[in-house]
Amino acid sequence: METAFESATPTPSRLKPLTGIKVEIAGQPESSGCGTTGGEGKASCGTSDGPDDMSPEVWEKVKNHPCYSEEAHHHYARMHVAVAPACNIQCNYCNRKYDCSNESRPGVVSQKLTPDQAVKKVIAVASEIPQMTVLGIAGPGDALASPQKTFETFRQLQEQAPDIKLCLSTNGLMLPEYVDEICKYNIDHVTITINMIDAEVGEKIYPWIFYNHKRYYGREAAQILTDRQMLGLEMLTARGVLTKINSVLIPGINDKHLYEVNRAVKSRGAFLHNIMPLISEAEHGTVYGLTGQRGPSAQELKDVQDACMGGANLMRHCRQCRADAVGLLGEDRSDEFTLDQIEQMDVVYDLEKRRAYQDKVEVERQAQHDAKHDALAAHSGVDDGMKVLVAVATTGGGKVNEHFGHATEFQIFELTAASAAFVGHRRVDLYCQGGVGEDEQLPSIVNAINDCHAVLVAKIGACPRDELTAAGIEPVDAYAHEFIEKAALTWFADYRSRVASGEITHKERGDAAIRQGAFMAA
Amino acid sequence: MAYKIIASQCTGCSACEPECPNVAIYEKNGVFLIKPEKCTECIGHFDEAQCVAACPVDNTCVIDNAYPRYQAA
Repeated sequence: METAFESATPTPSRLKPLTGIKVEIAGQPESSGCGTTGGEGKASCGTSDGPDDMSPEVWEKVKNHPCYSEEAHHHYARMHVAVAPACNIQCNYCNRKYDCSNESRPGVVSQKLTPDQAVKKVIAVASEIPQMTVLGIAGPGDALASPQKTFETFRQLQEQAPDIKLCLSTNGLMLPEYVDEICKYNIDHVTITINMIDAEVGEKIYPWIFYNHKRYYGREAAQILTDRQMLGLEMLTARGVLTKINSVLIPGINDKHLYEVNRAVKSRGAFLHNIMPLISEAEHGTVYGLTGQRGPSAQELKDVQDACMGGANLMRHCRQCRADAVGLLGEDRSDEFTLDQIEQMDVVYDLEKRRAYQDKVEVERQAQHDAKHDALAAHSGVDDGMKVLVAVATTGGGKVNEHFGHATEFQIFELTAASAAFVGHRRVDLYCQGGVGEDEQLPSIVNAINDCHAVLVAKIGACPRDELTAAGIEPVDAYAHEFIEKAALTWFADYRSRVASGEITHKERGDAAIRQGAFMAA
Repeated sequence: MAYKIIASQCTGCSACEPECPNVAIYEKNGVFLIKPEKCTECIGHFDEAQCVAACPVDNTCVIDNAYPRYQAA
């Protein structure tokens, strides 16, 4: 692919990726990525399994980072500050004009902040939400297209809130330029969005880039972008910075190609690969939205994720957050922290208080970790090859503790007799509003979890219970407030004994739909 | 002539501002504006007008016909 465009597009400034150079994450040999050793059902692997799977240095970096650790995302919160509005590339799934406070997806943000305002907001949120451990700059444009604003924010935060982990998200075009600066501010997590490594695919995703004072179009643009992304990734790996690669799955454009992307980023030391569904609605005004490019179904997404499991560790708990999101993944409390509200707040940055609170959270996280291991150990030994998905309603803490009617998302676990692995989440419209069930919402919830055999909840009303049963999804409230893995495996053991006794017949489930469009926060 | 920014189309993203070689671009009420007396259409600096090339919204940075064409010294 390198040579195909070489003669047609001579760009003297082009930098070649350092292919062939073997790079290792500090303290972590390349071959020890748990994704390469993971067995059946070990889907999210190193990111969820904890210290047994990675070096102490890496574990220290990820254990309380909700985006890098599936386990941590039940307990720790993150926030994004929108200080970097400019972007230097155009993507067909993005329209910079669109900004609606009712939706939650990357690149969308309501209130732009100066670095000073951003720092004030971070301190306010950190005081109010002590389990907030991570601050990211993810736009709403590209963090490295507004480098002064991005790094000024990091510089101040490093001084004023030294316990907060800093991370940034970039398209990678300017990444090689700023690797030194990234290391200077101790930013040890960088996310790069890489949707292709082949310019022929790239030209269908990126109409143009702005680079070195010039606009490049089509294949030439895509070639420069991929070269810069690969070089930047290699440079970060060489410096021991953990990297997460985000890839947008665009059916018919890069779905097959993402296996190659997975191989390419893994070989360059990427810590995590996060394959996300395309969000594309005509009302967003994106090129894909307007041309009718569809997003993947739940099964299509899972197939690509499963096929990439042998590559870099796979992240499946991404919620595709807004560029100004605040709170646990899946929740957004940014409404509570507008500039006006921050002005009114009496803010004291109490490091000791934060530490004490986080120690408690750590105990809770460890309890979930132990409960999961105990549950897995208790059910080990049997494997009859049967595999099902279940949906779980949870408010966090790793427990089955949400009412069916109050759930705005379900976590999806893949179960075998001996394993329970988190494989994703599904957003839904709230069923229960103001105490009354909205029956017209029910079909959309059934669609979203249609591939599941059961839904585990803390409580459920009679009406949705009957309708779910009719749709072939078993509503289960017998394990309310228990740890998810334990509850799921106990239910599955019971399910299999009912199948064995002939009480019920095991049937395969169909596909499910990934919810599109505006997400109304409760 | 100079370039101007059509305010109704400007997203306020600031991509153009640091690119201007003449420091002619400034922010007002959430959108960006060009000082026509400072704009040289990037003649003598770059092959293409930087605000046009950096802007994410097509036909937002456009030639302002109210001013005579810039003449390089």
